[in-house]
This record gives sequence, structure tokens and C-alpha cells, in this order.
Amino acid sequence: MLGGDERRVDSRTIYVGHRSCSTTEAFIPPKFCDNRIVSSKYTVWNFLPKNLFEQFRRIANFYFLIIFLVQVIVDTPTSPVTSGLPLFFVITVTAIKQGYEDWLRHKADNEVNKYQVKVLEDGRRIQKESEKIKVGDVVEVEEDETFPCDLILLQSSRDDDTCFVTTASLDGESNHKTHYTVPDIEKDLESLNATIECEQPQPDLYKFVGRMHIDKNDQEPAVRSLGPENLLLKGATLKNTQKIYGVAVYTGMETKMALNYQGKSQKRSAVEKSINAFLLVYLCILVSKALVCTTLKYVWQSKDGQDEPWYNEKTQREKDTNLYLKMFTDFLSFMVLFNFIIPVSMYVTVEMQKFLGSFFITWDKDFFDPEIQEGALVNTSDLNEELGQVEYVFTDKTGTLTQNNMEFIECCIDGFQYKYRDASSELDGFCVTDGPVSKLQQKAGREKEELFLRALCLCHTVQVKESTDQGQSQQDGLIDQVDGLEVDAGLFHPPQEQRGFIASSPDEVALVKGAMRYGFTFLGLESKTMKILNRNNDVEMYELLHVLNFDPVRRRMSVIVRSKSGDTLLFCKGADSSIFPRVRQEEVERIRMHVERNATEGYRTLCVAYKILSAEEYAQADAGLRDARLALQDREEKLMTVYNQVETGMSLIGATAVEDRLQEEAAETMEALQGAGIKVWVLTGDKMETAKSTCYACRLFQRNTELLELTVRTLEDGERSREVRLHELLLEYHKKAVQDAPPVKAGVNRSWSSAGQDYGFIIDGATLSMVLNNSPESNSSRYKNLFLQICQNCTSVLCCRMAPLQKAQIVKMVKNSKGSPITLSIGDGANDVSMILEAHVGIGIKGKEGRQAVRNSDYAVPKLKHLKKLLLAHGHLYYVRIAHLVQYFFTSVIWFSFSVCLQNLCFILPQFLYQFFCGYSQQPLYDAAYLTMYNICFTSMPILAYSLLEQHICIEVLLDNATLYREIAKNAVLRWGTFLYWTVLGVFHGLLFFFGVRFLFSNPALQDNGQVFGNWSYGTIVFTVLVFTVTLKLALDTRHWTWINHFVIWGSLAFYVFFSFFWGGIIWPFLRQQRLYFVFANMLSSVSAWLVIILLILLSLLPEILLVVFRKPRGPHARQKKMMSPILSFKQLSEDGLLQSSRLQL
Amino acid sequence: MVKEEQELANRPDNTAFTQQRLPAWQPMLSAGIVIPGFVIIGLAFIGIGVALFVTSHSIQVLELDYTGVENTEPCYRCSDPSSKNCVCTLEFSIDSLFEGPVFFYYGLTNYFQNYRKYGASRDDNQLSGDLDYFKSPGNDCAPYQYNSNNKPIVPCGAIANSMFNDTFKLYQIIRGSKKLVPFDGKGIAWWTDYNIKYRNPSVTPLKNAFNDTVKPLFWSKPAYELDPTDPANNGFINQDFLVWMRRAALPDFRKLYRRITEGDYAKGLPAGNYSLEIAYNYPVMSFDGRKKVVLSNVSWMGGKNEFLGIAYLVIGSLCVVMSIVMLIVYAKFKFPEED
Repeated sequence: MLGGDERRVDSRTIYVGHRSCSTTEAFIPPKFCDNRIVSSKYTVWNFLPKNLFEQFRRIANFYFLIIFLVQVIVDTPTSPVTSGLPLFFVITVTAIKQGYEDWLRHKADNEVNKYQVKVLEDGRRIQKESEKIKVGDVVEVEEDETFPCDLILLQSSRDDDTCFVTTASLDGESNHKTHYTVPDIEKDLESLNATIECEQPQPDLYKFVGRMHIDKNDQEPAVRSLGPENLLLKGATLKNTQKIYGVAVYTGMETKMALNYQGKSQKRSAVEKSINAFLLVYLCILVSKALVCTTLKYVWQSKDGQDEPWYNEKTQREKDTNLYLKMFTDFLSFMVLFNFIIPVSMYVTVEMQKFLGSFFITWDKDFFDPEIQEGALVNTSDLNEELGQVEYVFTDKTGTLTQNNMEFIECCIDGFQYKYRDASSELDGFCVTDGPVSKLQQKAGREKEELFLRALCLCHTVQVKESTDQGQSQQDGLIDQVDGLEVDAGLFHPPQEQRGFIASSPDEVALVKGAMRYGFTFLGLESKTMKILNRNNDVEMYELLHVLNFDPVRRRMSVIVRSKSGDTLLFCKGADSSIFPRVRQEEVERIRMHVERNATEGYRTLCVAYKILSAEEYAQADAGLRDARLALQDREEKLMTVYNQVETGMSLIGATAVEDRLQEEAAETMEALQGAGIKVWVLTGDKMETAKSTCYACRLFQRNTELLELTVRTLEDGERSREVRLHELLLEYHKKAVQDAPPVKAGVNRSWSSAGQDYGFIIDGATLSMVLNNSPESNSSRYKNLFLQICQNCTSVLCCRMAPLQKAQIVKMVKNSKGSPITLSIGDGANDVSMILEAHVGIGIKGKEGRQAVRNSDYAVPKLKHLKKLLLAHGHLYYVRIAHLVQYFFTSVIWFSFSVCLQNLCFILPQFLYQFFCGYSQQPLYDAAYLTMYNICFTSMPILAYSLLEQHICIEVLLDNATLYREIAKNAVLRWGTFLYWTVLGVFHGLLFFFGVRFLFSNPALQDNGQVFGNWSYGTIVFTVLVFTVTLKLALDTRHWTWINHFVIWGSLAFYVFFSFFWGGIIWPFLRQQRLYFVFANMLSSVSAWLVIILLILLSLLPEILLVVFRKPRGPHARQKKMMSPILSFKQLSEDGLLQSSRLQL
Repeated sequence: MVKEEQELANRPDNTAFTQQRLPAWQPMLSAGIVIPGFVIIGLAFIGIGVALFVTSHSIQVLELDYTGVENTEPCYRCSDPSSKNCVCTLEFSIDSLFEGPVFFYYGLTNYFQNYRKYGASRDDNQLSGDLDYFKSPGNDCAPYQYNSNNKPIVPCGAIANSMFNDTFKLYQIIRGSKKLVPFDGKGIAWWTDYNIKYRNPSVTPLKNAFNDTVKPLFWSKPAYELDPTDPANNGFINQDFLVWMRRAALPDFRKLYRRITEGDYAKGLPAGNYSLEIAYNYPVMSFDGRKKVVLSNVSWMGGKNEFLGIAYLVIGSLCVVMSIVMLIVYAKFKFPEED
């Protein structure tokens, strides 16, 4: 025993079946959490306070809360209802939404927590609710059940002490994974007396270290190591195994699934940042307006008789109030009065727009892939508009650009090329095989061939889909992904038709299948024995001693097997770079050429090596591996060291080439993206040659593209040190790509003509880390800048040999570069997760490498080709929609708030210039009902409909003309210039509305019966103008009138009229003042009021109309029109020679 | 079968809405529409503008300031706040027939009826005749809620308290003798105000409802005695009171006082000399205000208002000019491109 080391806090001790291992020690049951899963955020009790707290953490909500409180406490012009009601509405809607979501979570939790499980207790099987499982309980799980908590597998009904699970719900990998029981466990679990020590829970699904001490009576306790292969994770499902027993090690919220449940950090879109910036400006305007008004008020009041005319005396309390306090309350009052400049409902509308808008992505049938029966998935709706702003796309190669559907193409054994398929393909000086190797003249020795093929058959972790579960797999075969081999296998080995292989990596399956073509068939792994069927139809048996698993750092994997004859063999396969240094150099030369040629053809190459281990060597390796596997701390590092020790001095047998075909329409998609002004960077872990050929195939590099290469190879050209060479090359490339480039704006406009020279940049992982992590004395930031500048001037960049973290580093670097461009990462595998999380927008491809990428992405699509529509059509539309929504809201609040403000500021009449002639009394122009309803009811529905349905350019045109995407690049609609423009326009309109009506009211006798109108009529006229203008402006901006738009736009105007009649038509018993009683109806009886309303509406829309007409020829509409005209528009020449064109889309 | 069903379940609905292919009308504001549109709108506006302008011009207005700021003015002596029950007379003449019906307005300037505190200082419950609020007027009315003896003021509040209380009598001077021009005090307030919004308590006589209350401090007579000639014109439905209670939008305002619709003057005020007898009670000098009377007739567009006509004319011509400019621009740049 290790003594004190045991009691470390970062490990836990579990008594299996709650039996203390030692009778001498007092049994203290350790405290662990119970097995309740709580994914819900709230309970019935804390919902209200907690939810409210969370909601008021949002700046806008908090701001409105403050305003509301000010209104309640201080005597303010508008009643607290005006800001309280919208706030209440917003809060309630959000609370209901979150409450509902939480209720669903509660329901799901309950389903899990109340699930009946069987627990072994005192020799009996007891039915329990899942939530009552305690750490240490021995749990029975039957086939197709999910594990109720994280279990250590003790016993399986299968003979070979294994069980199969699928982790589809955890990481989406639907293949069957084999898990092993702890070795040497007695069959009778009742008498098992054991303790487990394992690390404290951690979220990594694939890591687990532990140790089991088994007390056999009066014996030294046996120690067994526990690894992830012994751990059954909660959420995974038992397959192919009748039942298992396992001991609970992590329960409830400490299971790996629960630990992985934590949400991702929130990504915020550029538009949201713009909104916040604009809001800040408006807040400043608000404060300064309130300050100006307060100051003016006191200046004005200082004049005799103005402060307190005889007809409006103050109450005693007002007179007694401290002057400064009064000033402060006045300031607050003005704030409250003008607070409508901050549109509370905009937040609601934006949220709703995003939430509802994201459905269009899920609904899009173009994103539906019949193969996997799935469409697009939206994990966050916050970033819809960001899709229209992408400047950089970082894409993974394998599985993203390519299909990850591997096909064995050829192999090279001992320097001789063997090519399956037809002889018609390229001749290569070596040899062309036609059909199985056995039938041809043999260049490599037969032993070498067989060794190679055996290596292929043995060195993998592939499982054979067993024929026993054929019946089942027909039922659940739709879910399980099985690489069937019906045709290939059938040709050569009829008995094994229907053989399917399951593996986590498609390469392995391809290799095993490849070997099968040449006559070596892998039959399966049974109780540590691998069986292969050789060319002579004999079954060969190998005892599998160790698997040295693949990992991306080593980039290779090995197996140690013992043949029937007793030889211990190590087979290793891996990337050339990781194999070549570990084999004899003379062998390398023969094969390197093939490997490189294959790589340039776009194939994935793997080298295969082997080594015969002597008994001593094996004993040493075996001991090392066992030791390392038992280690509780730093197990990974220790294992790595042993692996590296074992995998040396091997001899190279051959290499394989596997083709990974391009995704459908990969090239078209890439072309479209480049046409849209988006720069595509390929980040891959693959070899440079392979990646380069993929890039050529995808047309990312074209024939005339000049490639700037910055790789280990180019760096090692001269005798000088790498750093010097790196410096030189960087300067040289910089001169070429940046300084000599035509002074076009940094690459945003990729020439569509042949004017400029295209550059492509290639860098590999090693060089990149030199560029990024240069030693402090050298000017690393300078390198980084040079590098960035070169990259930004290149049309596409290829980064190969990247570790996952380096991918993220690159994304981060570009993200934080000048102008902070919007980045998008797309990938399908676990190795892309880091870059998906790092980029502004992360897109997962529902590929074959599991679902981690999808789970961590913001959007997931089945295929790469869908990216085109996602960006060019959806992204473009969403951006334009939301940008107009924001713009519209700000304009409308500016109008609104300025007309409120003017009531207070602008009684400064021209003829009374010598005197600020104004009440400064915070008199609101509009009735409280109107104030409250303005943003909520009268104006928000049309803009919501607009922002969901608008298609200023229709989708087909967007897809056909990638260049249209550039027109909205760099947040083109929401720039400060435009912001200023519509703010000024809003102020102008506010003035217009106010003074228009003000001049009308210079004679308030507006009815033909001579009666006069009062202040509420005044406000109602301005308000009517406002509502109509705001709505009609939107109608003017709407390019795409569906019936919903018609309904909502005309409906909301009708609603306004109806509401005004209704509101003014009844004496409302709950109102203290019946201010609007019949005001609206009376207003409508006045011709002058009608005329001024029409006049003002038209006047304020005139500039808009003119703008639309004059801007059109340059805008996208003209182009669209031209392109669309043959199909969708008809023109007619009117008599006066004017060309009238109206467009109908049916 | 199972597979098909599953496919159906997962496949997104292929409807026009979900695929964003709803049939849509896509209007294009092309020059072909906008230019004729502008011409039509412009012409229509010019037409309306001319009509408004002509109508407004035909309306006769006579405005007389009687504040008495200068000592030459007839009401100068009355403008002294210390004078009580002061009556002054304003002489004026009309050159030609002042067409009827003539509306008699009073006007105030620099008077902030739109002051917030002032506007809120009323109790609508009281004014709709709820006797509970006679006993305890709403707090909004403070400091015009209770008098110094803590008796409730009815009607309470600043608006009611400050009711305009100058009265006017108009005489035509025919050969040296004064002939009273009869005023019609009905129909000067909104119909809804008179019939629905404001109600007297249903107590007869009305006086009893006002027991234990006091009249507003500024008033000379209680609410139930506002019009001694017509018992139906008293209390809260006194038309002068209603007119005053409908607050003006701007600090310079006018309110309808009487209509001249009866007797010899139904057709209008004939040319001649007139004398206006003013019972000068309402103080405005303290806040530098002015008082005036306005005689005016009205048309379909209401009182005289040049603004609307001019605005229509300007906007109408602007539209026409714009369309011409656009036509030129288009003829120069656009047409070759269109084919």
C-alpha cells in the first residue's frame, strides 16, 4: 500500500457493496452526492427570486427597473405603469419561456431519476429508483438499458468478460465500444470484498484512472488497475450483452455526463455589440437632454412670476423642499420622461426575431440529408446575423472538405507498389497489380507481403459486427453505423459476406477491408485472441497482449501480439513523420518516395512497421506498461514514455494509401465562399502534400496561384539556422504579397478578373509554433504581424500538421487581428472542437467522427455544401433583417422621444426669442396608454414580421451571386455613419412632427363648429402621425410583401385606430383622469387635423422615397432586377414614354 | 415502411412558409412609378393647398388686446391688481359685414395651461358628480384641495380655481345708442364633455350637494351659481367651465366664449361701430400675460389658419419640381441602361 498517499483529496475510496475491506478499520461510509440528476436551474421555491435576479442582470432590464423605481418613488410626469408594464411584459415573457424550458428539464430529470433500477443488496435484487443509488452500490443493468450512473464493470454475462456499449447520447459515436470487466473478480459478487480508489470526478469522457484492491480471505489484497475501458458512463447504453453488474463510482451530478453538461460560454454577435454601443450613445443623449432641460428649467424659473404663477401655486411641501433635491428630482423626472429613447421592446423583438428566425434554418429542406435523416441544427439563435458577416472561414479537411469515407487504394510493400483495381490507371515504374497480390508476379518477397498484410489485419482496434446480433441489428441497424462489406467481401470470401466492421476511425476499417481484398481477413477478437483467415483459408490465432492506443501527439498506434509459434511481435502503424525516425533509414528511402507521391495525389498515407520482441524486451515492456497503467497520477505521461520506449528500432514493411473523397460540391462551395469575399483557411492535421492536393481539388488553390510555402522543408534548405531562414522567408513573402501587391484594399476584393496575382500560403504546425511562440529575445510579435499580413493578402491559406490547440490559436490570432474580422470554423471531429469554440461562429458537420463537434457548435449541418446556403442566403438575409430591425427601432424611438422632448424644450417660439418661454414642467405630450403601447403594440408587430420574412433579394439570386455577400460585409448597415444619419433624420422628423402640428395649433379652433382643441388632441395628432409614419416607412422598406406582411402592417394600423376609438370611447372606471375621452373621435371630425396628418406623413416619407429611387441603380436591386427580369418581372412601356416596371412574383 | 415514416418525421416540412417561399408581392419603386406618382401627389396637394388658402383668406378675424399695459389703453386702470369689479369699454368698428355665424373667443398668452402639475390638478371623480369626492378631493388637487379651514374645495384643483372670469358684453352703436348683440352660450364646449364626461351630482337642488364644501378661492360665486339665467348651465356642466377645463396645448391660446347666432346678428355683424364692455377680473400682468378677444367666423377647415394652405402649396410644388428633376436625371442616365 502506498500509505499516506492514499488519503489525498483528489482521489476517492469506494467500498464495493458498502463492505469495508478491512475488519480492523472502522467503517465510515464516505459522503458522496446522491444519484439525482439536476439539470434544471430552478425549483418551485427559488424560481421567482432566482429568475428575476438573472433577468435583472441584463443591463437593459436593470435600467428599466431603475426607471420604474424612480417613477414609483419620485413624483414623475408619467405614471409608473408606462415603464412598469413593458418591463413586466418583458420579464414575464422571458420568465414564462425560461420556466417552461425548466419544466421540461424537470420532467426529463424526473424521468431519469425515477427510473427503476435493480441494485444488489445483501444478496437480494432490490428495485430502486435511480436517484437512490449510492456510490458503492452494485447495480444490475440489462441489455438496451442506459447506465444510471458511472459504473465500474464487475461482471458481464458474456463469456469473454466484456460488454458492448454505445455512447451515442454522450458523444454521438454510435459504434459499439468494448468495455472490460476488472480482471480476476470472483463470480460471486456477494462475497466480493473490494475497495476502489479512483480520481475525483472530471469531465473528460475518455479519461479515468483508478485502482481496485480485492481482498481475498487472508491474502494480500490484489491490486488491479482501472482505466476508461472499465468504466461505463452514465448515459451510455448496453448493447449485445444480456446483463452486467457494476459498482457505482460517480453518481448524480458527479457523473461524467453531468459534468459535461455545463453550458458553453455565451457568444455575442457583432450586431449585439453595435446595439449596445448605440444604446450607450442614446443613454448619453438621454442624460444630456435631461441635464439641459433641468438647467433651462431653473434658468427660466429664476425669472419673476415664472416659477409660481398665481394660478399654479405650489404645495407647502414643495416649497419646503431643498433646492438641490428639487433639481435632482427634476432631473430624474426628465430622465423618466425621455427614457423612451431606450427601447425596451427592442430587446424583446430582437430576441423573438432571433428565436423564431432560427427555425428557418432548421426547417430548410435543402439542409436535409437523406443519408443521415437529419437536417440542420441550431444550437444558438444568437448568432444568426453573424452568418452574414463572416470574413474568414476556417475549415477542417478530413470529414469536412473530404468525406471521411475511406477507400483503400494501394499499398507499397518493401518498396514495391501494389495497386488494387484496374490496370488501366497510371503506370508507375514499379509494378501494377491486377487483383489480389497472390496472383501476380511478385516483386517483394512473399513473406514480406504476408507480414504486411498480417500487420494490417492485426494492428487496429476494429471490431467485427457479430453475426449473432444480425437479428437485432436489423431492428436497430438504422441507428448503428456499420460499414457493410457486402460486395467486397463477397467476391473473395463468400462465407463471410455480411461481415461488418466497427471502428472509431474509418481509416482502420479501410485498411482491414483492404487487407481482406488481398486475402487476409480479420475474423474478430475473442477473449484476447485475434483470429485472421489467411490466403490459404487457414485460421491464424494471435494472442493480443497490448494495444498501444492511437493518440494525435504520437500519431501512431501499435499492438503487441504473440503468434502461435510463440513469437512476440509488435506491429505499428502511423504517419510517416512519426514512423520514419523509428525505423532503419535504409528502409525509409525505398518507401518515402511512394509515400510522397501518394500524398500529392491526395491520399492519406500510413506507414506500417514491425519488430520482433525478444522475451526480455517483452517482459520489460510488459512490466512498464502495467506499471504505467496502474499509476494514479500522470498515467498519460508515463504511458507515453513507455510507448515511446517500445516503439523504437522497428523495421518498415510498407505503406498504405487510402483515398478520402471530396465532399459533394466541396469545390463549388469553396468557390462561392471566395466569391463572397470570404477567405478560406484550411486547418488540418494531415500532411502537407495530402492537404495541398485537397486544396487544389477544392479549387482553393488554382493553377495560377503562387504558393508561398513556410514549412519545415523550406526552412531547412540552407545551412543557416531555422530562425534566420524563417526571418528571411517571412520578409521575402511579405514583400511579394503585401508590399508589391496592387493597392487594393487589403484583400477584401479578390480580383474576379485576372488583374492581380493570387497567392496561397502554406504553413505547417512546427513552423507556426516558431512564428507564434518565438523565444522572447527575438521579435516574435513582429513575426506574427508579418505572418498575419501575408496571410491576409493571400486568397487561401493552408495550415497543415496542426494540433487541435494550434487550430484554435490560429483562429484566435485572426480573430484578434486588426479590424477584428468575424471568423467561422467548420469541422466535424473532436479535434475541431477547440477551433469551433474559439471562432465567432462554430459550425459542426454531422459527420462520421462522432458528435462532439456538433455538440459544441453553434450550428450544425449535415454536409459542407450546406455552408453555402447557410452563409450566402440565410446569413445575408438574417443580417439585413436584424440590421434593419435595429435601425428601425432606433429611428422610431428617436422620433418618439424627440416629439416628447420638444413639448418641453420647444415652446421657444420665434417671436419670443428673448425669453426661454417654456414650462419645463415635464408635461408628457401623450397619454400614458399611448406611451406604453407605442413600442409594444403599435409598432412592434410589423417590424417583427418584416424581420422574419423580408427578402430584399430572393434566395436564388443570393445563391447565384456570391458577390452580393460583400455588400453587407463589415457590418455595413450598422456603421456609425448610418447611425448618425438616421439619428439626424429622426431628429429632423421629430421637429417636423412637432412644429407641423404646433403651427396648426396657432389657431386651436380646428372644427367647423368653432370649438377648440386642447392639449390631448394635440398629442393625439402627433402620435397618429408618428404611428402611421413609422409603419408606412416600414412598408416602404419592405421589398417582399407576403400576406403576413400585409396582414400585420395594415392590421397594426387598423389596431391603432380601433384602440384609439376604444380607449377614448369609454369612461374607464380605473383611470384617475379621463384625458382621452372622445379626443380621437373629435380629432377625426376635423378636416384640418386630417389634412395635417396626411401632410406630415407624406413630408416625412418623401426623403425616403427619393432616396430609394436615386440609390437604386447602384444598389443590389438593380442587379437583381436585371437578372430576374426574364422570369419574374414584366415591363410595359407607358404612353408618356416612361418605363413602368412592376414586379410580381407568384 | 418504417424507414419511410422515419424519413417523413425527420424531414422538414416542405411548405412555402418554412422554406421562405411564400408568394410575395415585390414592389419596386422605379422611376416609372415614382415620377408620375410625384406629379399626381403634387397636383393634388396644390389643389388642396389652393382650396385651403382661399378658404383661410375668406375667414374674417378681428383681434383686440384689452390687457391694458400702456396707460393709453382703455383697460389700463383695470389692470391694476388692486382694482375690484372694474369695467372697461373697448370701442371698435367693422368696415364691412362680418359674416355669421360669428364666434367670440377670448385669448391668453404666456399662460401655461399645459404645465404638468397644473394639468394634473383636478379630480375627475368629483367632476363626474361622485359625492364621496366632494368630502375628500383627490390629492392631485393640492394645494387647491382644502381651504385654510380644512373644508374641501369643490371643484378642487388648480385648473378649476383659475377659471377665466372676465365677462363680455358686445353692443352695436347705432346712432349713438347701444344695442346689445345677443350671445349664445350653448354649444361652445364639446358635446361629450357636456353630456357624459362631466356630471353634476343628482341632488336637487344642486346647492345641497355642495354643503360643507367651499368654492374655489379665486371664484366669486360657487359652482352652482355660475349661470343665474339658466339652471341647466350650472355646476360642473357650465359651458364656460367646460371650455376652461379642456386645457390648451400651447401657452398662447384662445378659447371659445360665445357664438353670435341669434336675432339680427344671425347673418353676421353688419358694418358699423361696436363697443365691447369688459368686466375685468382676470389678472395676467403678474406673469406678463396678455388678454385679448377674437371675433372670427369659421369655415369647413375651422378657424383662420394660413399655415396649412401654404404648407400644402409648398409641398405640392416641391413634389412637382422633384418629379421634373427626376425626369431629367432619368432621361439623361437611366434610359439607355434599361433596355
